[in-house]
Amino acid sequence: MRPDPGGCCCSRRPVRANSCVANGEVRNGYVRSSAAAAAASAGQVHHVTQNGGLYKRPFNEGFEETPMLVAVLTYVGYGVLTLFGYLRDFLRHWRIEKCHHATEREEQKDFVSLYQDFENFYTRNLYMRIRDNWNRPICSVPGARVDIMERQSHDYNWSFKYTGNVIKDVINMGSYNYLGFARNSGPCQEAAAKVLEEYGVGVCSTRQEIGNLDKHEELEKLVASFLGVEAAMAYGMGFATNSMNIPALVSKGCLILSDELNHASLVLGARLSGATIRVFKHNNMQSLEKLLKDAIVYGQPRTRRPWKKILILVEGIYSMEGSIVRLPEVIALKKKYKAYLYLDEAHSIGALGPTGRGVVDYFGLDPEDVDIMMGTFTKSFGASGGYIGGKKALIDYLRTHSHSAVYAASLSPPVAEQIITAMKCIMGQDGTTLGQECIQQLAENVRYFRRRLKSMGFIIYGNEDSPVVPLMLYMPAKIGAFGREMLKRNIGVVVVGFPATPIIESRARFCLSAAHTREMLDTALKEIGEVGDLLHLKYSRRRSVPLLDRPFDEMTYEETED
Amino acid sequence: MATVAEQWVLVEMVQALYEAPAYHLILEGILILWIIRLLFSKTYKLQERSDLTLKEKEELIEEWQPEPLVPPVSKDHPALNYNIVSGPPSHNIVVNGKECINFASFNFLGLLDNPRLKAAALASLKKYGVGTCGPRGFYGTFDVHLDLEDRLAKFMKTEEAIIYSYGFATIASAIPAYSKRGDIVFVDKAACFAIQKGLQASRSDIKLFNHNDMDDLERLLKEQEIEDQKNPRKARVTRRFIIVEGLYMNTGTVCPLPELVKLKYKYKARIFLEESLSFGVLGEHGRGVTEHFGINRLSGQGYCFSASLPPLLAAAAIEALNIMEENPGIFAVLKEKCKRIHKALQGIPGLKVVGESISPALHLQLEETTGCRERDVKLLQEIVTQCMDRGIALTQARYLEKEEKYLPPPSIRVVVTVEQTEEDLEKAASTISEVAQTVLL
Repeated sequence: MRPDPGGCCCSRRPVRANSCVANGEVRNGYVRSSAAAAAASAGQVHHVTQNGGLYKRPFNEGFEETPMLVAVLTYVGYGVLTLFGYLRDFLRHWRIEKCHHATEREEQKDFVSLYQDFENFYTRNLYMRIRDNWNRPICSVPGARVDIMERQSHDYNWSFKYTGNVIKDVINMGSYNYLGFARNSGPCQEAAAKVLEEYGVGVCSTRQEIGNLDKHEELEKLVASFLGVEAAMAYGMGFATNSMNIPALVSKGCLILSDELNHASLVLGARLSGATIRVFKHNNMQSLEKLLKDAIVYGQPRTRRPWKKILILVEGIYSMEGSIVRLPEVIALKKKYKAYLYLDEAHSIGALGPTGRGVVDYFGLDPEDVDIMMGTFTKSFGASGGYIGGKKALIDYLRTHSHSAVYAASLSPPVAEQIITAMKCIMGQDGTTLGQECIQQLAENVRYFRRRLKSMGFIIYGNEDSPVVPLMLYMPAKIGAFGREMLKRNIGVVVVGFPATPIIESRARFCLSAAHTREMLDTALKEIGEVGDLLHLKYSRRRSVPLLDRPFDEMTYEETED
Repeated sequence: MATVAEQWVLVEMVQALYEAPAYHLILEGILILWIIRLLFSKTYKLQERSDLTLKEKEELIEEWQPEPLVPPVSKDHPALNYNIVSGPPSHNIVVNGKECINFASFNFLGLLDNPRLKAAALASLKKYGVGTCGPRGFYGTFDVHLDLEDRLAKFMKTEEAIIYSYGFATIASAIPAYSKRGDIVFVDKAACFAIQKGLQASRSDIKLFNHNDMDDLERLLKEQEIEDQKNPRKARVTRRFIIVEGLYMNTGTVCPLPELVKLKYKYKARIFLEESLSFGVLGEHGRGVTEHFGINRLSGQGYCFSASLPPLLAAAAIEALNIMEENPGIFAVLKEKCKRIHKALQGIPGLKVVGESISPALHLQLEETTGCRERDVKLLQEIVTQCMDRGIALTQARYLEKEEKYLPPPSIRVVVTVEQTEEDLEKAASTISEVAQTVLL
């Protein structure tokens, strides 16, 4: 659980107009009315679409329904917590209980307060109680195993003290390290060290002034050839890549069609651009088509003028759901209605596809069909920053008009070198097959992990091939309990709750990595199984459907029928 | 008792029915039948009375042509072809193949080349690798980050501090974290683009006052006070902020902080101070335009949703702070150099110096503009290119011309660093002077 949307949330906050479940949305996985739910409780989970040959491989995505009893108990749980929250507020107001949160300085006591009491109800009374599950500081490289600094709180999580101990070798299932490039030794690190010696750490200028180093030019050429596009441009921060470039591409009089569960950076970029935003249901092509049709036929609201452009914003992998975008259908729609497609591959670049080129590669499509390919270097390349790739005309325009190129400092040289080396490794240009091995190891890990979790009886969301694995917890108390229990057993996991997810759909999210060995996964699975039994998390009512029990081999990416 | 009364009413009703006139009963019957009919008839949505047939819709879809995704950019757009710097952007910089003295990078304290910084960053690289692989909330918080925040808080003499991974994002995220829709923000007209974007994201009421003009600000504050008195309830929940920069990027001037503090307490507004240029420059110990703004843990979007700062950069920053604390003398040295160059650049024919004498980033604008911004930019670019040919690296200050609210006039930015020697300053001044004479006259 995380504080309310005043500005403070955890990663991947879906922007919903109405986060209440009870309005009967069509989305798979929501609690439907009881009659429909009872009828469809066992079936309707796997969703294999072939869709007239658009998909070259089976698209297995499922969101099992929330069991009715669990939903009810979750609401009850939140109700109890809210009541207690009011009680505690009352006690704090009358000074019976000590008040810990930030208070004004004496001289400013009569200023209007920065935080309205009501806005922070959630933070004070629900989030604070389980705050120790987030912002855990680490003191080693965030690889497959990580060292976490132990901290204690003597005032119920209002403040933390570091005991000085370090919890060593915790299996890291929370960091975005899909291909295992987060390492402090090896060719990438050596190359980065050399560049650091030569170039230093900072740049101290913007791209358009005097901050454009030869390293940046080299990096951009490499990114373009990696993606298979004409040109690319790199930026210092992934979040800023979205929030500063979308306003440069669209403006008032344009229409943005954005997926329900898009990341905060896409939403911010769309808002800052001034264009009209319409939201379509998550990964739902009928909803998208209807919006496209209506937009073109009816034009802008009230004036009926035609829209200047229509931009569709989707992501490759949605990190809170683990779902993969239905790219072949989106591209078919985009071509039919002459819209432009902006694909944010923050999580999918490097992690999907037989050669690691992302979701376009995964579906076997042509990168030229995607107008704007955006991604970040944080997740699969072990560095930081973002990029945008596309036609040369697009990149030329961004070089002159992007906010980031004019006002923000460029990428730091050692970081750029890390990206260059990692990318060359994935492409196989460094002479080894290490990149290909990592990609295959990741795919194997993903299938194994998901299959085992499902067979244990947990409810797992998302696509079969997505390295992001959300495991449903539902009840608020279990969020805190799961995080703590797993840490006791030396496994670091990420738990998320409201408002990053709908209120009853709190979950634990595992990020798999090529650096995880089979033993680590088995240990993790064993512990997850134990904690699942302890906390009664095995909600799945489907009897386990054993997938064709076939070990992963290279042919898996070439077959067309399952 | 109640049931007897009810029954009695019922009997009355039945009697009334018998006694009612026929037309009345018939009318009531018709009305009831009509209601039943309406209840069971199909509803229609008003929107789709737009009378477009399926064929017409398909035609419209066929005909619609969007604009091209991006307008074409002409080949000689001034910002299209970047200068390529080979090697590190240090004091002796190689731009487009020419060796120059660097008067363009914001390297005030000369720390870009500092071996201690590089060593600290290298140590961090060997320990943590490069990236953090996650946002602060999910195992992306390193002990280095916590250290840096601690040190910054101590250095700036505030309760707490927080770091972002991107300079632009810091102020652009911090403003909407505090100032929401309905709040009032008083901003200086010369505020930089990052502040403008932050304000746009916050959706608050924005009131601009003339650059560094405290009387104008007071006038606006007074107006607001009058508004508040009309609606005291609303005033009690509306937050007020004043946003200024310590050292303005666009004009090279310093904000009058003491007056601002007086106004702050008089009108009960909070001050947001953006010190990206003044930190490490102004003040005896480089603490910037010293003002205490007790920063609480922030919840800005660019903090929560974005990967944290790579640890090697954090380690370098900590080392930089160490250096700043160990030799506070460099600030005085920097100030001297600023004053020196400021004086040396006065009196160049055709160019005027904009910026205070203690500002390490000053602007050279055309004394007389040609009237057309494009031509001004071309002239200045000519000066910059010729200076680079003669070994002085300069740059024009770049802006997004269509997006800025108050577009500053085109200018050349001159940056002073502690690494520049006397001869360098002399050479720069004389080169610029010569070039300006050839180009402008």
